[in-house]
Amino acid sequence: MKDDSAAMIRTLVGIAAISGVLIVAAFTITLPVITRNKAAQLKAAVFEVIPGAATVKKFVPEGMGMPNMYAGYDEAGTLKGIAVEAQGQGFADIIKVLYGYSPEKSAVTGFTVLESKETPGLGDKIEKDPGFQANFKALDVHLNAAMTALKNPITVVKQGKKTQPWEIDSVSGATISSKAVGRLMAASAEIAIPTIEKNIARLKEGAL
Amino acid sequence: MSENADVFLKKLWEENPVFVQLLGMCPVLAVSNSVVNSLAMGLATTFVLICSSVLVSLLRNHIPKQVRIATFIMIIATFVTLVEYIIQAISLDIHKALGAFISLIVVNCIILGRAESFASKNPPGKAFVDAVGVGVGFTLAILSMGSIREVLGSGSFAGVDLFGAGYEPWIIMILPGGGFFVLGALLLAVNKINRSRKVKA
Repeated sequence: MKDDSAAMIRTLVGIAAISGVLIVAAFTITLPVITRNKAAQLKAAVFEVIPGAATVKKFVPEGMGMPNMYAGYDEAGTLKGIAVEAQGQGFADIIKVLYGYSPEKSAVTGFTVLESKETPGLGDKIEKDPGFQANFKALDVHLNAAMTALKNPITVVKQGKKTQPWEIDSVSGATISSKAVGRLMAASAEIAIPTIEKNIARLKEGAL
Repeated sequence: MSENADVFLKKLWEENPVFVQLLGMCPVLAVSNSVVNSLAMGLATTFVLICSSVLVSLLRNHIPKQVRIATFIMIIATFVTLVEYIIQAISLDIHKALGAFISLIVVNCIILGRAESFASKNPPGKAFVDAVGVGVGFTLAILSMGSIREVLGSGSFAGVDLFGAGYEPWIIMILPGGGFFVLGALLLAVNKINRSRKVKA
């Protein structure tokens, strides 16, 4: 009986040790590739939402709970825009998006969905539908006089009912997902845009 | 050699893990909504199956009976973790699409089933042939599901558009419901073929 236990322990410990070595080896070998892929993916997304950007710098504002932000510059080093990560509850799961803000136009100039599990064919229209994407070519996010909040909060309207530049036209078939995107954009812009404007001199210099 | 080929074909078709034994239904239904996802899932499962079967078979005389299941699970989990890192290094998009189902290969009953009922009782050569047959059978099954569902549900094959802009995709096919429809239809077809072959023989 005693020999049995010894054999059992030997087997389990031995295999656990080999497993550990194999997993650590795989992790170490793949880590640089995975990090590179992730960085490339993020860079591509940032370039997508900031037209004309050629280089990216991470922007870390002061304060707690700030979203991830990335400043995009063109070849001459001029600030083209700031990409802001935002997330919120969608229909199926958390929707993660990245949008570009142009300080020059005081508007959102680009939008891409980083992660979503919205229903294929319905909710996932927020990712591809050209009509919905057009909302974010020039979405007005001017600040109020005190520079603390948006002058006109972002709101979602029914498809085809958009009359103001701060309204988001929802896409039919993806009403809930459109509203979710509107909500998360509104919540994020209320925090991110005043923060960006407060730090705009630093951002323009590129001294991050 | 012909014996090996016989075993291989038998595992692949007559005892197909998905269509005949109805094992591993969870990934088959969940990630077969596109050709790329199906192929990735099929290959990942096959890799884990072959590696774990051979290793279990090599160690079969050294594993005490009382802890054999724990040992098998540990071996399988190791290879699944390797696969997870490899897929992440190859393509983050595929990794995102397969999500939790990569980690769930650990509890895929096909793999544990082959380890327990075959690899632990047979020499490595036989275990290898068995694992390849079962693995390829699983991959073909999930790939045929993925092809049908993507063609009908998205109008494309492996991302290549087939029918042009005029095609209205049959969305239900890439939703969970479509998985059950296609699986049912394929089971019917495979069993019909197998039965008529048996009658002839």
